[in-house]
Amino acid sequence: MLNRRLFIAIAVIFTFLACSGASASAQEQSIVLASTTSTRDSGLFDHILPLFTTKSGIEVRVVAQGTGQALDAGRRGDADVVFVHARAQEEKFVEHGFGVRRFDVMYNDFVLIGPRGDPAGIKGSPDIAVALTSIQSKKAAFVSRGDKSGTHFAELGLWKAAGVDIAAMKGSWYKEIGQGMGAALNTASAMDAYVLSDRATWLAFKNRGELEIVVEGDKRLFNQYGVILVNPARHPSVKAEPGQRFIDWLISPEGQQAIGEFNIDGQQLFFPNAEQKRS
Amino acid sequence: MSEGLDAWQLIASGDATLISIVRLSLTVTLGAVAVAAVVGLPLGALLALTRFPGRSALVVLVNGFMGLPPVVVGLTVYLLLSRSGPLGEFGLLFTPAAMVIAQALLVLPIIAALTRQTIEDLWREYRDELTAMGVGPTGRVATLLWDSRFSLITAMLAGFGRAAAEVGTVMIVGGNIDGFTRTMTTTIALETSKGDLPLAMGLGAILIGLILAINAAAWGLRLWSEQRVA
Amino acid sequence: MTKRAALTDLPLVLDRVSLSAGATTMLDRLNLAITPGAPTLVLGPNGAGKTSLLRVCMGLAAPSAGTVSWGGRTDRGLGRRAMLLQKPVMLRRSVAANVAYALAQAGCPRHRRAARTEELLDRVALLGLAARPARRLSSGEQQRVALARALAREPEILLLDEPTASLDPAATRHVEEIILMASQSGTKIVMASHDLGQVRRLAGDVVFLVRGRLCEHASVGDFFDRPSSAEAAAFIHGELVL
Repeated sequence: MLNRRLFIAIAVIFTFLACSGASASAQEQSIVLASTTSTRDSGLFDHILPLFTTKSGIEVRVVAQGTGQALDAGRRGDADVVFVHARAQEEKFVEHGFGVRRFDVMYNDFVLIGPRGDPAGIKGSPDIAVALTSIQSKKAAFVSRGDKSGTHFAELGLWKAAGVDIAAMKGSWYKEIGQGMGAALNTASAMDAYVLSDRATWLAFKNRGELEIVVEGDKRLFNQYGVILVNPARHPSVKAEPGQRFIDWLISPEGQQAIGEFNIDGQQLFFPNAEQKRS
Repeated sequence: MSEGLDAWQLIASGDATLISIVRLSLTVTLGAVAVAAVVGLPLGALLALTRFPGRSALVVLVNGFMGLPPVVVGLTVYLLLSRSGPLGEFGLLFTPAAMVIAQALLVLPIIAALTRQTIEDLWREYRDELTAMGVGPTGRVATLLWDSRFSLITAMLAGFGRAAAEVGTVMIVGGNIDGFTRTMTTTIALETSKGDLPLAMGLGAILIGLILAINAAAWGLRLWSEQRVA
Repeated sequence: MTKRAALTDLPLVLDRVSLSAGATTMLDRLNLAITPGAPTLVLGPNGAGKTSLLRVCMGLAAPSAGTVSWGGRTDRGLGRRAMLLQKPVMLRRSVAANVAYALAQAGCPRHRRAARTEELLDRVALLGLAARPARRLSSGEQQRVALARALAREPEILLLDEPTASLDPAATRHVEEIILMASQSGTKIVMASHDLGQVRRLAGDVVFLVRGRLCEHASVGDFFDRPSSAEAAAFIHGELVL
């Protein structure tokens, strides 16, 4: 009989755990922010979100995905705010009525990463187009995100600017891995390949191996981030009020300053550039 | 927690973030096993004890679903729970509850299939005796479940192992939100993607240790109670 | 309890009962009436159909042909019958819990179960082993647990399938005493055996089966002194009956 009681006790504990698991979602006020891996992995959110939460009492839950996936989460109504970096798609998102309005927040820049041996011979080149053309003509190994993320779209745009029709020219040297920035860097590190990365993720990345920056500073490598409130008219479940408060804070002098202050080893990663004219 | 700390320092310091991640992992996984057991044990018993048209097909289906790809389960649950999905109004996506649901679906076939096998074997042994004692259908299920409890614990441990080791579904439906839906496995995936392989390995070691500890506890419980009941 | 007492399972009547599985015939057009009184012993060589007969009498197996009726009723739903299987299965719990389980199934109210369990265990002399896991007992002790479980039903008919087949003489004697006691307190005993000595000790009448057919049904005196069939005569004299 003692035995039976023990089993029943365990069953009760299990059930309790199940319930507590389900009710752990009860929280004062929170919003879901669909964003990109670059903002999370760099540590930017760890720096700025606590400042916002302390001030407003609103918890920001970050789901970090590729830009395409993040916009899709917004489209489906699964996020309250999207914070991504692919301007053309963001504008389309608003145009189609999924978002209320897009605000510029900040920019960072991409860097071309490559192995120390530099098989394409492009190290220090100021022109990203020339560098990519050289990689293609020498068929040096190149890792592409291939995941429809903001970085992936940026990469495709750069190939186009270099006059390379990558869809037609890609061969075994061009590896589309369909994964996030970290995985792309890990892959490049393992096979000594070139890879396009945002500077923030690169700086925070720890498994560099032989990799280093080979091209940086070209204007075409700048990367603009925008923030959009998902349209509550489209999805009534959207927490518009706290979502808008977050956006307002992000583009306010206070939020902008927080973004500017964030650095890794003294190096600033994101450059705030919101227009300062809203009330 | 990624700032240059290694996993052992984290354990030693009883890092609050780490503790909350471990607690969430255990809560979600044990919750999923509990939910799957509540459904899977009677379902397995039903499959073992009743004969109806389509039963064989269902048995094959349940057995086959033991190898259900986590990503597919995750995606399915994602689409179901999404605001645009049929269960969107509950707002469960990107919450621990969604993770419990998804993992329960993953674990359910394992528990149901192993329960069916266990109960079917035991019923062969018990049939005449229970019939002679005049035990009705409900009493039969209860008796068989209770008397095969040791084997069923092993079935639940198998389910627990699958859920605890799994990253695909919880990543998709939980969203890996810091401090809210981030589990051991999604943390490991995250640290790997950040290139912090030593930390990822350290967390992996903690996870393996936890799984072993729970299995050892269950095994001890089994030995202890078998001594009493054989 | 009152409702059950109103019904009776006796006489137990088999009318041209056959039992077969595939091509094998276990029982072949059997006619038999079991009435209240001294124990009926079912006798016959191995494979004669003793177990099948008891299973049909219990209602565990439905006849392939013919009818079985208990006190005139033909539904197999359990009345006041209990059966001791040849190899009783112990539930994975303590001896006392095994008996309490049978009591619960027999409709004994919860508050009386502990006392009744003690009483039954005392009757089969297992009180000292009450807390032991039932599966750890010897086969003789397990037979007694099974007997206590069967008696828990307060049966009108108690069917026993070779309950002493694998027991040593002391254990056999113990079990037989319990059976006789039950018989004296009014329970109809129907028991399969292939031990002639046991038949002489316990039987009021004998049912003799050969190859699934009823060869002879006679009082124990008549059966041993004046067997009417050649098979019965041969069996009594210890010859092989095929």
